[in-house]
This record gives sequence, C-alpha cells and structure tokens, in this order.
Amino acid sequence: MTSLAWLIPAALLMGGLGLVAFLWSLKAGQYEDLDGASWRALDDTDEGSCPKAAGRSES
Amino acid sequence: MAGALKQEIAARTAAHSNDNEPVTERVTLAVSEMHCGACIHEVENALSAIDGVSNARANLSLRRVLVSFDPHRVGLDQLIEALAGAGFTAAELAPGPNADAEAHDGDLLRRLGVAGFAAMNIMLLSVSVWAGKSGEMDASVETLFHWISALIALPAVVYAGQPFFKSAGGALSARRLNMDVPISLGVILATAMSLFQTTRGSEQVYFDAAVTLLAFLLAGRYLDQRTRTRAAGAAGNLIGLRTMTASVIGTDGAIERRPARSLVPGMKILSAAGERIAADGVVLEEESDVDESLITGETLPRRVAPGEPVYAGTVNLTGPLVIEAAATDEGTVLAEIGRLMLSAEQGRGKYVRLADQAARLYAPAVHVLGLSTFIGWMMAGAGWEAALTAAIAVLIITCPCALALAVPVVQVVASSRLFSRGIILKAADGLERLAEIDWVVLDKTGTLTMGEPVLIGLQESSALAAAAALGSASRHPYSRALVRAASERGIAIVPAQGVCEVPGAGLVRTTGDGEVRLGSALWCGLDQGESRPDEVWLKTPGKAPVAFRFSDALRPDAVSVVSRLDAGGYALEVLSGDRSEAVERVAHDAGIRVWRGGRKPDEKIARLAALKASGRRVLMVGDGLNDAPALAAAHASLSPSSAADISQTAADAVFQGHRLEPIVEALAVARAARRMSLENFAIAIVYNVFFVPLAMAGLVTPLIAAVAMSLSSITVTANALRLKTKKLELGS
Repeated sequence: MTSLAWLIPAALLMGGLGLVAFLWSLKAGQYEDLDGASWRALDDTDEGSCPKAAGRSES
Repeated sequence: MAGALKQEIAARTAAHSNDNEPVTERVTLAVSEMHCGACIHEVENALSAIDGVSNARANLSLRRVLVSFDPHRVGLDQLIEALAGAGFTAAELAPGPNADAEAHDGDLLRRLGVAGFAAMNIMLLSVSVWAGKSGEMDASVETLFHWISALIALPAVVYAGQPFFKSAGGALSARRLNMDVPISLGVILATAMSLFQTTRGSEQVYFDAAVTLLAFLLAGRYLDQRTRTRAAGAAGNLIGLRTMTASVIGTDGAIERRPARSLVPGMKILSAAGERIAADGVVLEEESDVDESLITGETLPRRVAPGEPVYAGTVNLTGPLVIEAAATDEGTVLAEIGRLMLSAEQGRGKYVRLADQAARLYAPAVHVLGLSTFIGWMMAGAGWEAALTAAIAVLIITCPCALALAVPVVQVVASSRLFSRGIILKAADGLERLAEIDWVVLDKTGTLTMGEPVLIGLQESSALAAAAALGSASRHPYSRALVRAASERGIAIVPAQGVCEVPGAGLVRTTGDGEVRLGSALWCGLDQGESRPDEVWLKTPGKAPVAFRFSDALRPDAVSVVSRLDAGGYALEVLSGDRSEAVERVAHDAGIRVWRGGRKPDEKIARLAALKASGRRVLMVGDGLNDAPALAAAHASLSPSSAADISQTAADAVFQGHRLEPIVEALAVARAARRMSLENFAIAIVYNVFFVPLAMAGLVTPLIAAVAMSLSSITVTANALRLKTKKLELGS
C-alpha cells in the first residue's frame, strides 16, 4: 500500500501536465486554424530564409 | 480563438500609443478564394512583401488573414490591392460580434479541458474502488481515494459548471425553468452530498458521475457553439466581400475611393462599367445600360441617359456614368427595403426550439420525481440521509444528457453536412424551422432562373462566331451570353480589336470591308418597329442583318428539383416582381402551377401573411433586394450566394453554386435532423424508464449511475453521427 503514496501523486502530476499542455496550446492559438495547420506541416519553406517570413511562426 | 479577442485589445491599445514609436495596426481581411496550403503561402507572401507589413498570418478554416502593419507606411487599400495582384479577392472585416463568439468558443473549450481532466482522473480512482470491492481493498484506502476525488472534483465543478449555473440562475430569476436548472441542481447536490458522505466514510460517493456529466454536457455545448461561430464567420465573409465603395469626384476633379456609407447627397460619383452603383441619384453625364434585376426582378437591363434616375445596388453594365447622388446610405431605396425587412422580421415572432420545448415538459417532471422520491423515503421512515441519497440518484440518472448533448450533436452533424455541400446555415434555429415547411415560395429572376440571359434558337456558326468576336469586348449580358453560347458550341472566338461600345445601342467595329455592328434593330439600320427588347442584331458588310434571341434560362436542375419537391409533398409557388408573361413562362417551364407576377416587396409580404394565416409554414427562396423583406417574414428562408447582401443577411441559410439542389438537400437534412432528435429523446426516455425506478427504489449505486449516464450519452451521440453519411430523400 505504501506504493500508493507515490503512485497517485505521480499519476495526478502526469495528468496535470497534460492539462497544462492543453491549456497552453489553447492559449497559443493552436486550435484557431485546424485546416491550415495540416497544410503548414507540408510547407517546405525554410522559415529563417526570408526575414519577412520569420515573424510568421509567432501568433 | 480567445487569442482573437486579445489581438483586438492589443490593436486598440497600439492605436492609442505614442506617435513617436513605430505604430502597428492589426486588421482582419476576409479572403474568399483561399482553399489550400499553397494559397496560405501565396497570401502571406504577397502581404509580407509589402514594405510596412510586419506580419501576416492566414487562417484557412475561417478564410481570413490577420495583418499587422504600420499605418504610416502602408494603407489598407494597398494590402487589398496586393492580394488582388496575387489573385485573391479580399475585404476588411469590421471587428464585431464574431470576435466575442470566438472568445466564447475558447472559454468553453478551456472549461471542457478542465472537466475532461478531472473526469478521467476521478474515474481512475473510482474504477479502483469498484474493482477493490471484490478484492481485499481496505476501507481506509477507499476513503483516501474518495478524498482525492473530492480534491479534484470540487475545483473542477466550480470552474467547469459555471456556464450552466449562470444560465440556470438567469432562468430562475426570470421565473422560468430551462434545461440548465435540473443540470445545475443535479451536479451541485451530487457534489455536496458526496462530500458529506466522504467525511462520514460512506460508499455513496458520486463525484465521478457529477464531473463526467459536466464534461459530456460541455462537449455538446462547445460543438453547438463552434458550428454557429463558423457559420456566422462564413456569412460575415460573404457580406464583407460585397461591401460597396464608390469613386467620388471632388470639386477639384480629383477622384477618391470612399465607402458607400460615407457618401452625402450632392456628391458627384463616377460609376465604372461593371460596378455596382453606390447611391440613388440622377445621371449627369454619359449613357449606359443598368441591370436592375436585384431591385425589380426584371431580367433585361434598362437604358439610362442624363437626367434619368438610378438606384443604389443596381449594376452599371456598359459605359461609365457620372451620377449626382440624391439619396445616400439610409435614404436609399435599398435602405428602405432594409427597414421593411426588419419590421417583417419582428412580426415573425419568437420561435421556441425543440430542446426548449422538451425542457418545459422534462424539467418539472425531473424535479417532481426527485422530490417525491425524497418524500416517499422519508415517509417510509428511512431517515433524511438515505432519502436524500435516493433523490440525488434520481436527479443524476434523469439528468438530461440526451436533451443537452444529443440535440446539439444532431445540429452539428446536420450543419456540417450542409456546410460540406455549400449550404451555410446562419440561424441557430433555422434547421428546426426548415423541418416544418410545407409550402415553398420561389422568386423567379436569379433564383429559379440563372438571372442572366441565354441564347435560344439555332444560329449559323459563322454568324455566331462573328457576333461572339465583337461581344467579347463588352460586359452587356447579351454579349456575354453570345460568347458563352459560342464557346459551348465549340466555336473558336477570336476577340475583335478596335471595338467601340455605344451605350444603349450596341457595338461597332470598322474593318476593311466596312462596319460590323452588333446591337439593337435600330443600330443595325432596321426599322424601330422590328425592335424587340429580347434580341440583338448582327449586321456584317454585304449581308442581311441576323437576329439573336435571348431568354433568362432556368437553373440547370430547376425542373428535377421542382418535381422532387412536388413528390416530397411540398406545395410550390412562384412569386416575382417581374412582368406576368415572363413569370408565367418560367413557372410553366419549371413545372410549377401556381404563380404570381408583378409583386412589389410589400405585396410579397402580404402574400406570405395570407399563407401563414391559412396555417401554412412557408419557405421563401429568393435573391433580390425586393425579396429581402419576404425572406425575413417567411417561416424559413434560403438565398443563393449570388444574392444581394441584404437578402443573405435576411435568409436563414445561404447556398452556393449554380444549382437548386441545395433546397432539396436542406429540407431533407432538416427533416432527418428533426427525426433524429426525436429518436434521441426516445432513447433517453427508454433509459429513464429503466433506471429511474431503480433509483427511486434506492438500488442505484455510484457505479450504476456513472455507467448508465455515460452509456446513454454515447448511444445518442452515435445515433446522431449516422446523419453524416446517410442517404436522404424527401419522399421518405
């Protein structure tokens, strides 16, 4: 039973990390353009190659 | 989506900041033709290439792009021009209610995330407890697990339950009952009771049921909200792209582009050929043909000369016009129609949605059942604690998951099915009103017909080729019809050089052999007596003039759609502002027996009112400005995306493309959605009939409550998803 003392906190901590990650991704606007995101993954353009394009990664 | 609101605030603060610092303004542009990854790239590159633009981020789902730019270095019109250069039509979107709706979306999603996290972790502990019952789990470990569950559940319920608590509080303070009242009561009582039982070390602990319920309900609410935001956004884009601007000629002769709303009477406006006229006024200089079909329903263009009136919203076809504005903005005929539309809409009355109708019956029943369980057990002498536990079990079991989750899911599946077929559902209750329709009223020009003339009869290829060669230089509907007819018949069109257009008369080109003319009978040297409004003549040197006749063709699938609606049991009627002869012919061709021509907007409303008075539920399908009041007055309304913007605003749904098929699809999906919602209610009632007696008898354990609730939610959701791929026909 003593294993519960660290297993439960560990499980909650991992779940909590998932929740924090979800809230962060929501705040960062990752759910705002789900159609576009699937296309951007295929975009080969090097973001750093053009100084104008560099700002695009910021949202 | 919450980001949009923050960006809005950032934009406002930036605008007010110190002038010495580099200023950044943010603007959202609607870009209609953005369809794929390559488009995102082109749009962003076209904007980023402009000096003064610091950032451009395209959103493919919303067909919008957010641009940050320095207003001192680059203007908004330059941004729109740059996109036009890349092949995209763009327009500025006013920050409006949509931003709030998107922020609300984000808020619901965050609460759903919290409820989901809590539900999963509590379920993890609950399953251990249930599994431990058959094994050697210690009572102290069970209590520990309950305490941990309470620790997770309490903040989650307080945070995730707020949308329901607020709505229930609002309803109660207005002395009404809505679905959120039993939901809130169930969740709050279950949590409070579970907390009390946890302190006493009892096993009647329902944290899992309360939190899972919240998660399911929030999922339903989020889906409902998101579809609505998406449809509202798409509709906003359509209208934004059609915002009118006008070229105003200043006193010094300089021409300036201004939005139509800023015009005042007395201004001189230059209207280019092909442009929509921005104000009511009188022609000062030049002649042209004006397409007034959106206002009057008349297909044929009207010829205008100096001194004659023109109206806002009509299209100037053949030559530039200088117009003195007489009435602008709110004073135009267009705005008058807008006001008529608003008053018609108010007269329609409030529609009570299906879920709310059900809630009115269901919510009192739930409370009565819960209360009678409590009283029953008290009378049986079971003590208040056992009585309350049984009453809460009743509340949890009856908690209206089916009503609060399944109806939104049906709505979401139905509207995304319509969306994928080019039908944008704008009104939240539009689907339910469409399902009740038994009488379909169609406008003629632009709805039943294409709204543009088509060449009829057979012509010699050489004459058609010559006419199309000249016609390719003009915007007149007849010229375009000639070019279309020629290319449909596989005739190669060689665009003629040096064509002159004389507005109101025709086209002329001087060749080595003499003049080639295309236009009215008079223009081609024939008697006025032979002139007809629906034909043009071609006169080539050394040959007799040849006539081409036109007619406003039916939409390609009009006949089949009419017969399918007929077979589906709908009564059909044509109601048009056009001449009676033209209406009769089109109605006859389409196979519709009832028709009325020459109706003005207020007469159309009167007709709809008469139908309503005789108990009919009328669907109005129309596109013109003259239809807008009727669209607002009808029980439900559809409008093609080629319609005037005011009509699109009035309609419950807008459909895209050249076909009428979407009418059938919209009606069929609406009926299927209603049937499915009723099926879901039935499923929910069956669950209740089975589990409520158990709950009232006090036999429901936390395990049964959690399983029954999740199972009923999953069943109704799965049932609703069938609508996505189901083949639908009206007759069924």
